[in-house]
Amino acid sequence: MEKIIEFQNVSKSFGDLQVLKNLDMHVNKGEKIALIGPSGSGKTTILRILMTLETIDSGHVVINEDYLWHQQTGSGLVAASEKHLHQMRENVGMVFQQFNLFPHLDAITNIVEPQVLVKGTDRVDATVKAQKLLALVGLEEKAKHYPHELSGGQQQRVAIARALALEPKIMLFDEVTSALDPELVDEVLNVLRVLAADTDTTMLTVTHEMNFAREFADRVLFFDKGQIVESGHPEKIFTTPEEPRTRNFLKKFIKDIA
Amino acid sequence: MEQILEYSPILIQGTITTIELTLASAVLALIISFVVGLARFSSLRIVRVAAIVYLEFFRGTSAIVQMFFMFYVLPLFGVTFPPLLAGILACGLNLGSYGSEVVRSAVLSVSKGQHEAALALNYTNYQRFRYVLIPQAIPVMIPTFGNLLIELLKLTAVASLITISDLTFMSQIIRVQTALTLEPFLVILVIYFIISSVLVWFTKLVERKFSKGRHTITAKEG
Ligand SMILES: Nc1ncnc2c1ncn2[C@@H]1O[C@H](COP(=O)(O)OP(=O)(O)O)[C@@H](O)[C@H]1O
Ligand SMILES: [Mg+2]
Repeated sequence: MEKIIEFQNVSKSFGDLQVLKNLDMHVNKGEKIALIGPSGSGKTTILRILMTLETIDSGHVVINEDYLWHQQTGSGLVAASEKHLHQMRENVGMVFQQFNLFPHLDAITNIVEPQVLVKGTDRVDATVKAQKLLALVGLEEKAKHYPHELSGGQQQRVAIARALALEPKIMLFDEVTSALDPELVDEVLNVLRVLAADTDTTMLTVTHEMNFAREFADRVLFFDKGQIVESGHPEKIFTTPEEPRTRNFLKKFIKDIA
Repeated sequence: MEQILEYSPILIQGTITTIELTLASAVLALIISFVVGLARFSSLRIVRVAAIVYLEFFRGTSAIVQMFFMFYVLPLFGVTFPPLLAGILACGLNLGSYGSEVVRSAVLSVSKGQHEAALALNYTNYQRFRYVLIPQAIPVMIPTFGNLLIELLKLTAVASLITISDLTFMSQIIRVQTALTLEPFLVILVIYFIISSVLVWFTKLVERKFSKGRHTITAKEG
């Protein structure tokens, strides 16, 4: 299988706190990955590094066979320029816990403007596409609503549509339902379920919704203290985890674990 | 009071001059505010330093002295401005320094999440400021800009000291010619108050226009 993401011996610290320790991992093209693990284990940091919101201290990150944080020159590998990062970012889209819609734009313009600015799409075409995406997330009637006029779940669905509009090869979802009231969680997870089933986009999801992770993921990565403790097929991880740390963690979510 | 009425033509003329001076300096100050305020975010160190030097110089020295300098000192070096232009430059440069801080802090008040959303969508630096940060910062700036506009109106009174025939200048003329003191000053106080009321009303109008259809920064994060 073709790798689309690779972490090679990546370390990352915030001050004295080492968040990632010599992390090696890879994701195959089209894979749906769920990252689970205790709070503070470095899951968000991994997504933020892929989105270039956070730098790395050492090691290499490869996306689509190209270094993310480095670039090849005559004299070897050097730190990536802003131009290189800009090119690399085209591959990746991210949905945040706090939605981060643009509050001064209505829902549809939130989806149209990035297409026009970043991809140079014609505004009419961008609008057609935005309408389709709003329909996909079940919000075609809310096109003219501003973010503050939408519920959290609706805002998050617009945010998903906005990220999809740029057609990234890799989509990152960082606890996209944890800022939502419980009754709004499902409407967002359902959108992710549909996406997972219908697209060959590579998806990485950090989540505490274990039932969702189980259906959604091709592979589950359990993180603790900046390292992958265990990874495997969801059925395996959620029913017969091998590592005691995984089992302990999952006990909090699933009662009938081996 | 009737005596004052005879002077209404020069009072009207003075009022017009004061308004002209205020509006022209306001436009200049607004442009400077944005240019200098945004220069503080430049990736070029020299640009940032130049902006800080400008800010500290014009904010840190007296507006009256700046005006005198522009009108009396610069001609010694061969640079001569007509009084009105010197007044506009001095007022605009002075207020622009305060305005640049308003722009800068309004842009800084936009949440980190907005920066990150723009970056995640692969906006360029320019696009991030132009389409995400500045549009959200403008509603934050308006009330403070409104206050600065009133400050500016009051500052223009100083321009009478460099022979600009504004409202304050005219009141001095009336005082000298009529030997009245209370009346001319009372009249111009009222006129200043009317002008500033109009400016306050105008600010509210702009504020309302910019807050239409959206909640600004105070809307809850997420
Ligand atoms: N910008 C930052 N500065 C300092 N510490 C940070 C920063 N971002 C994350 N951390 C710390 O790094 C650790 C890992 O964070 P994170 O990747 O967000 O974990 P997770 O998403 O698994 O909860 C946490 O202890 C967090 O407090
Ligand atoms: Mg997290």
